[in-house]
Amino acid sequence: MEIKKGIPCSHGVAIANAVVLDSEEYRISRAHVSREDIPKELGHLARAFDASLAELDQLREATTHQLGQDTAAIFDFHSGLLTQGRLREQISGLMEQKSYSAAYAVREVLRGYQRRFQRMQDQLLRERFKDVRDIERRLLRHLCGDGGEDLAHLTESTILVAHDLTPSQSANLAHTQIVGLAMDAGGLTSHTAIVVRSLGIPAVMGLKDISTVVSGSDTVIVDGTKGLVIVRPDEEMLAEYRAEEQRMRALATDLIELRDKPAVTMDGERITLLSNIEFPYEAHTSLDKGAEGIGLYRTEFLYLRSEVEPTEEEHYQAYRSVVQAVGDGPVTIRTLDLGADKYTQSQSREPERNPFLGLRSIRYCLQNLEPFKVQLRALLRVSTEGEIRIMFPLISGLMELRQAKMAIGDAMEDLEEMGIPFRRDIPIGIMVETPAAALQIRELIRECDFLSIGTNDLIQYTLAVDRGNERVAPLYTASHPAVLRLLRDTVRIARYTGVPCSLCGEMAGEPMYVLFLLGIGLRAFSMAPNDIPEVKKIIRSTTLAHAMKVSKKTLTFETDRQVSNYLRDATRKIAPDSL
Amino acid sequence: MGQTEDPPPSALVPCEGFAEQIETTLNGESRTVTIANPQGLHARPVMQFVDLAGQFQSRILVRKGNFAVDGKNPMEMMLLEASQGTELTLEANGPDATQAIEALAQLIENGFGER
Repeated sequence: MEIKKGIPCSHGVAIANAVVLDSEEYRISRAHVSREDIPKELGHLARAFDASLAELDQLREATTHQLGQDTAAIFDFHSGLLTQGRLREQISGLMEQKSYSAAYAVREVLRGYQRRFQRMQDQLLRERFKDVRDIERRLLRHLCGDGGEDLAHLTESTILVAHDLTPSQSANLAHTQIVGLAMDAGGLTSHTAIVVRSLGIPAVMGLKDISTVVSGSDTVIVDGTKGLVIVRPDEEMLAEYRAEEQRMRALATDLIELRDKPAVTMDGERITLLSNIEFPYEAHTSLDKGAEGIGLYRTEFLYLRSEVEPTEEEHYQAYRSVVQAVGDGPVTIRTLDLGADKYTQSQSREPERNPFLGLRSIRYCLQNLEPFKVQLRALLRVSTEGEIRIMFPLISGLMELRQAKMAIGDAMEDLEEMGIPFRRDIPIGIMVETPAAALQIRELIRECDFLSIGTNDLIQYTLAVDRGNERVAPLYTASHPAVLRLLRDTVRIARYTGVPCSLCGEMAGEPMYVLFLLGIGLRAFSMAPNDIPEVKKIIRSTTLAHAMKVSKKTLTFETDRQVSNYLRDATRKIAPDSL
Repeated sequence: MGQTEDPPPSALVPCEGFAEQIETTLNGESRTVTIANPQGLHARPVMQFVDLAGQFQSRILVRKGNFAVDGKNPMEMMLLEASQGTELTLEANGPDATQAIEALAQLIENGFGER
């Protein structure tokens, strides 16, 4: 049994057999073969060795030409290991002994060696584990074929152990039997983390080497709440976690019953609960969990899932499927909010030194108007099919908002010329996520049809903390009095002017802030679908009068710690199971 | 890091049997050398060593403390983790044992041409 600690990225517990997707995405489908098949498998092994050696010869030649003999020497080493390291004898021995498939035996033997290298003291020699890993991959490539095997063909509940996941792999998790995730890379704010949270799949990331420690078919426990992954658990551990699993299932059932009950406070105030989604299929999950509509539809996946920019038609189809799934409810779609990440960095000639404060999101769009209008036209076209609203992210001033609206005007003209119908009065609003926007809300609100407060970024920019940076992550908190004041003032002005205002940051889905947000006047919350039942429960357990008392008291505190302690207490008093 | 239960796939185990064997043969030869080059027995020296060892008929054993590995097996030689200053005992058994030991010892003492 091995216990590994990583970053808890999606809470919950999962217990199942593992499937390992290493950084080259090889999944070995079978560990065992029948005895009659062993000669055939040995044949595969022999061919894999031959093919690998041939490749290494070519590589050595090519490298010697280009970079000289010293650099090419590494391929000598790899060939040497393959021919003189007695690997084939060990691998075939294991196959005969345990009826393993060639691929499985290759992995067993070579992983064993990798682990031994990794235990060395000498750093230079320890690095040689990569050479063994390289050989493993080379052999597996010849045995298993190229590219990732489709996870969709899994037939039983499985835990996915991977080095990292591409956006399209994350996107496809929903339709598989994957019930838990353990990853070498990634962290709380990674794309994959957001996806698994919204799917309710327990996940631990940042484990660094879990994909080399786990072998396919190992039993694994993923504890996404504590950030633990237990490989090959013993009886005791297994029993403990199965009990935990039971408890969580019971809790989940309770919450499901809430779905059809309205989000109304005890003194009759109706609250709107919406959901944040990233993919069209999540619209269904949202409605299942009790959302009335979509408060934030992030559109970035359209750009991340392939190398090529999405066409207007692709945008249109994605938006349309969400609108159709949601039916009567509102759908607020946020325009492209990429930046400070691979997409815009790879597009630019020189990477920015401070991408979070750089050319991202709406600024990027306003400097790349043609692709921006592709998205805008698609949004306008969908406006005839449902209650769509367009939302601009990261707005930091009036000029930016006006420019963005002019871009919409242009897009409208384009459609008019082509005779394509759209709603001219489509509501247009902004995400309030910069301190500038919050402080200048009076002016901005005159030119908006609605607002949505994006606390994720608002907190980062207000407190000047990178929430993805583990060294300062504890400083990032919604409980900071500065943040609370900005929220109070923004919501107050919105109510005063009668402009609809929601909150779509993660704060909206956190049980401990519900009372505060209700108390300052927020009446619309948008969150990950899985968070809706808990929030609804708290809304139904309190009165507005009480919430107002709580928020007033909260605003008197000087430190975030006092705020957090107070709010947790206050929440536990009205809903003891919540925290 | 937790202890894993996998048995090592090959040698790097205390090797008594072979030592006995070597004492009973006429051609049993042994010599102790020290790794001289700064980077120790890394990939390139290992290949040089096993390539040279492979040219001899004799069985060749390289011992570090309690562990002994097959001198013609590059994987095992790497796992010896012989960094600069490590003492190794070369043992050979066979018709050309003397020449083998001589050649291999020289290779090591010359620092594999890397000094």
